[in-house]
Amino acid sequence: MSDAIPEFSKSKSGDGQEVSLTNLSAFASGPGVKSGKEVAAIIAVAVVIIGGIELALRLFHVPLYIMPPPSSIAYALFDEFPLIAPHLGYTLVELVSGFAIGAVVGLVLAAVITQFPFAEKIVAPYILLLVTTPMLALVPLLILRFGFGYTPRIIAVALAAGPMVMINAATGFRRVDSAKIALARSYGASTLQIFWKIRAPMALPMILVGLMIGAIFGLLTAVGAEMVGGGFGLGNRLTTYSSMIQMPQFFAVVLILSTLGILIYVLFFLIGKKWASWEA
Amino acid sequence: MNAGETTTPKLGVQAATKIYHTASGDLLALDRCSLDVRANEIVSIVGPSGCGKTTLLWSMSGLHRLTSGEIRLDGVKITGPHPDIGIVFQEANLLPWRNLDANIRFPFEIKGEKPDRAWIAHLLNRVGLDGFGGKFPRELSGGMQQRAAIVRALALKPSVLLMDEPFGALDSFTREEMNRLVEEIWLDTKTTIVFITHSIEEAIFLSDRVVVLSARPGKVAKEYRVPFARPRSLEIMATKEVFDLTNRIKMDIVGERARPKAPEQERASAEIVRIRP
Repeated sequence: MSDAIPEFSKSKSGDGQEVSLTNLSAFASGPGVKSGKEVAAIIAVAVVIIGGIELALRLFHVPLYIMPPPSSIAYALFDEFPLIAPHLGYTLVELVSGFAIGAVVGLVLAAVITQFPFAEKIVAPYILLLVTTPMLALVPLLILRFGFGYTPRIIAVALAAGPMVMINAATGFRRVDSAKIALARSYGASTLQIFWKIRAPMALPMILVGLMIGAIFGLLTAVGAEMVGGGFGLGNRLTTYSSMIQMPQFFAVVLILSTLGILIYVLFFLIGKKWASWEA
Repeated sequence: MNAGETTTPKLGVQAATKIYHTASGDLLALDRCSLDVRANEIVSIVGPSGCGKTTLLWSMSGLHRLTSGEIRLDGVKITGPHPDIGIVFQEANLLPWRNLDANIRFPFEIKGEKPDRAWIAHLLNRVGLDGFGGKFPRELSGGMQQRAAIVRALALKPSVLLMDEPFGALDSFTREEMNRLVEEIWLDTKTTIVFITHSIEEAIFLSDRVVVLSARPGKVAKEYRVPFARPRSLEIMATKEVFDLTNRIKMDIVGERARPKAPEQERASAEIVRIRP
């Protein structure tokens, strides 16, 4: 008896502008849509900037410990990579396992909580609190409890990624299109079928956005946690190199980290293009 | 069934009443609306905006439960969505993440049945969508999307097809084309069709009977037979008979809407209606 008045004009599904920062349209203007000319221009600009910095640093005899020239960073990257590589491995382990835990929990919670609007309203402020609190702040506490191993870092990554995944996925799951659900019901679809065949695909673009942001936040938190304590990981390399004033090596690690971030973005961009391109 | 009736109607609506419980109070959408649709018949339902046409159709499909009254398919009361009833929704309502083939497969996936490929190919050919199976809805025009939706609805071979303002969003030329297509499909399958529309011309062109619903709460106000033989040509739409019929139906709808009504009176009449047994 709780039927809603059938209304089509108001329940349009294409209302994808809900979260401006996280909209999938960011994907459309991302990599992969550039012409050869644009790529050439981007490379030219990079060459000019890097060359300019190199030239300026050498011209003004800027000391190495303030800002190493790009060439020395590149040399350090190749020279020290065998030493840095294991740390990259540690960071990846923390990132991947923490993110996997956070993403699974976030997705399940989002799927469940959006089925109960009342419960969702109650829980919403706490989720917001989890999203806005920098989970890095908990790392010293986690280290006290779990020591200097993987555990506190993985927990921190999961805590950082989970809420991001959850809040975006929940936005996706809330996008109810009554006409599409009615379509499924008219063929006798069960609640579970409606979830897998209608709600989940409709939520997928927002889920991907959540996963991408969650992964980036996870990377930030992993590196941050490594800087707080423990003897391994890329974050730990950053503190070690800077304390030894080995700036070329320091920037080599920074370069690896930004590459990781870009790879995360490209990965989800490609997944989005393959599985959620109907939205754009 | 009443004693006088010789045949069971294909779809029988008996004293259908529907009250929506909304935040701003109860809303009586249908008030003891009764209507019989015979087998192989095309019946159009027209009426002023918000008169409960869609509510009536959704109730016929089993998607909505009536507050009181009942809907019978071949004499058997409908309690939920029925496999023998297909629906074509407003604005094709295709799933945008599925290509055309996958959209048409959707009902079979839900039911866990194997799609009848030969029949689907026949339907696709009938509506002129051959070779578009790999296209996504966004790549198709509005008319093509609605054709695909018709194929999806007919793929399960329903004996009743409910069409809820299916061509409302299309331009008038595409709409005429779609009307002819519906008639062709009907000549082909003889599926019983209940058709909701805002367009009186469309209703007359397609239907054996046009049913006019009153303003909310909806009940059957008038009923007109449309006597023309099929297949109908567009020329009959220019005859005086059609012109007169169109005007009569228009007056039924507009005349009622044009009558000035104070809000108090409206509420009072709704009250009276609800008190009646």
